[in-house]
Amino acid sequence: MIIGLEHYLTLAAILFTLGIFGIFLNRKNMIVILMSIELMLLAVNINFVAFSAFMGDLTGQVFAMFVLTVAAAEAAIGLAILVVFFRNKGTIAVEDIADLKG
Amino acid sequence: MSFDIASLTLILPELFMASAGLLLVVFGAFLGNKSLASISWVSFWVFLAAIFMVLAADWSPVTIMNDMLILDGFGAGFKIMVLAGMMASVLLSLNFVITQDGLGRFEYPILMLLAGLGMLIMIMSNNLLTVYMGLELQSLSLYVLAALQTKSLKSSEAGIKYFVLGALASGMFLFGTSFVYGYTGSIEFQAIGSSVTALASGEAQALPAGFILGMVFVLIAIVFKISAAPFHMWTPDVYQGAPTSVTAFFALVPKVAAIALLIRLLHVPFAAAVDEWQQIIWFVSAASMIVGAFAALVQDNIKRLLAYSSIGHMGYALIGIVLATSYGLEAVVAYLVIYMFMTAGTFAVILMMRKEDVPVTSIRDLAGLSSYQPAMAYALAILMFSMAGIPPLAGFFGKLYIFKAAIEADFVILAVLGVLTSVVAAYYYLRIIKVMFFDEVANEEIVFVKSKSLRVLTWGSLVFVVGFILMPSPVLDFAQSVISGLLG
Repeated sequence: MIIGLEHYLTLAAILFTLGIFGIFLNRKNMIVILMSIELMLLAVNINFVAFSAFMGDLTGQVFAMFVLTVAAAEAAIGLAILVVFFRNKGTIAVEDIADLKG
Repeated sequence: MSFDIASLTLILPELFMASAGLLLVVFGAFLGNKSLASISWVSFWVFLAAIFMVLAADWSPVTIMNDMLILDGFGAGFKIMVLAGMMASVLLSLNFVITQDGLGRFEYPILMLLAGLGMLIMIMSNNLLTVYMGLELQSLSLYVLAALQTKSLKSSEAGIKYFVLGALASGMFLFGTSFVYGYTGSIEFQAIGSSVTALASGEAQALPAGFILGMVFVLIAIVFKISAAPFHMWTPDVYQGAPTSVTAFFALVPKVAAIALLIRLLHVPFAAAVDEWQQIIWFVSAASMIVGAFAALVQDNIKRLLAYSSIGHMGYALIGIVLATSYGLEAVVAYLVIYMFMTAGTFAVILMMRKEDVPVTSIRDLAGLSSYQPAMAYALAILMFSMAGIPPLAGFFGKLYIFKAAIEADFVILAVLGVLTSVVAAYYYLRIIKVMFFDEVANEEIVFVKSKSLRVLTWGSLVFVVGFILMPSPVLDFAQSVISGLLG
C-alpha cells in the first residue's frame, strides 16, 4: 500500500478530534487538558508537513516550526496559570474548577 | 523576495510599542511594583504617540516584509480605534489596580501594551502566519491579565478557563489554516483570494469541501475571539472572574481588533466564497443576538450581565458584516465606535463603586442609588438607555445604521430579529435603572472613589452618547474612510 496524502490527513483529523474530546470529556485532571491541547497542535503540524511535502512547497514546514515555538510558550503560560490556581484551591481536578457560575 | 530597511519606517508605531514594552519590563524589574503608576502613564503616552504615528503615515495601500503585512486606510482606522481603546483601558485601570489587593503589579500595563501590539499585528496582517503570531501575542497576554490577581481564586479560575478555551480556538484556527493552505497552496491573502476565485470558477463550479472545512474552522476561531454565540461560553465566566479593570479592557479592545481581522479575512482571501461564509456569519449573528438578549435576563452580577450584553452587541455588529456591502461595513465601524464609548463609560462608573471597600458586583447593591448619589445614578441610567438603543442616544443610532443597511441589502429577517432581541434586551438594561431609582436603599450605601481619570471617562462618554445626535458626521466620515481603505 502506498501511503498518500489522505492517510496523513485522516491521521491528523483523528488526533485532532481526540484532542478536542480530551478537553471536553476529561473530568479528572487539568494536566490532561494541557496534553490534549498539545495533541491538537501536533495534529495540525502533521497536516502542515503533509501538505507541504505533497505540494513541494516549503511554507507549510516553516509554519509548523512557528506552531511548535508558540506551543511551547502557550504550555508555559498554561502551567503558570495552573500553578496559581493550585495555590488558591489546593487541587487541579477539573470538576473543582466551578466557582464561576450563573 | 523583497525586503529593505526603509520598510521598517512603515511599522514605526509597532516597533515603538515593542521597544517601549521591553524597556518598561527592565524598568519595572529594577523598581518593583511601586513603579506601577509611572509605567501606566508611560504606556498611556506610548499609545497616544502610536496614534500620532499612525495618523502621520501615508494611508495608501502597500504590502511590506515579503507581503507579510499590509498597510492601508482600513488597518490605520482600526489601529486608531484599538489604540484609543487601550488608552481608555489604562485610564480605567489606574485607580483600580492600586486599590485591589495583589493586583498592583508593574506587569499589568506592560501586558496591556503587548496585547495591544498583538492586536495591531492582527489588524495589519496579510498572511495567515502573521495572523497567528498576532493572535497568540494578544491571547497569551490576555490569559495572564485575567489571572493576574494571583491571590484571588476567581481570577485564577477565569485565567484557566480563558486559557483552555482560547487554546482550543487557536488549535481550530491552525487546523483551518492547514486546510486552507493545502487546498489553495498559499497562506498569503491575495494568493488565497485568487486561488479561491479560480477554484470557484473552475471545472467543478464549486469550492472543494476541504477548503470550506478550513475556512469554517478559521472563522470559528475568530468568532471565538469576538465572543459571539455559539462560541461565547467562556465570556461570562471570564468577565465575572477577572479583575473588573481587566474585564473592562476585554470588553473594549480585543473584540474590535478581531472584527477588523474578520472583515479583512472575509473580503480579501475568502471574497470569492461569499455565499458560503454568509450562511455561517448569518447564523452566528442571529445566535449572538438571541443569547445576548435572553441569557442576561436572569443575571444578578453586573459583570456577567455586561458579558451577555457584549455578546448581543457583537451579534448586531455581525449583521453589518453578513451583508457584504460597503454600507453594512461602515455601519459596523460606526457601531463599534459607539459601543466603545458606551462600554468605557459604563465600566468607568462601575469601577468607581465600592461597598465597604469591596468593588460592587451585584445589581441589588445599586438599590436606591438615585436617592444619595443622583449624579452617578443619572449617568449610569443614560448609559443603560443608550445600550438598550433608546433614542435620541448614540446607541440608538448605532443600531439604526445597522438595521437600515440590513434592510437595504434585503436581509429583512436579521433586521427584524435584531429589533425583537433589542426589545428583550431593553428589559435588563431598564431593570438596572428601576433598581437604582425605585428600590429602597438596602443596607450600606455605595461609596464612589475619587478618581479623576474615571470621572473624565464617564463624562466624556456621556457627552458623546448624548451629543452624538447633534454631530454624527465625524464618526460616519471616519467609518466611510476606513471602509473605503479596504474596498476602494
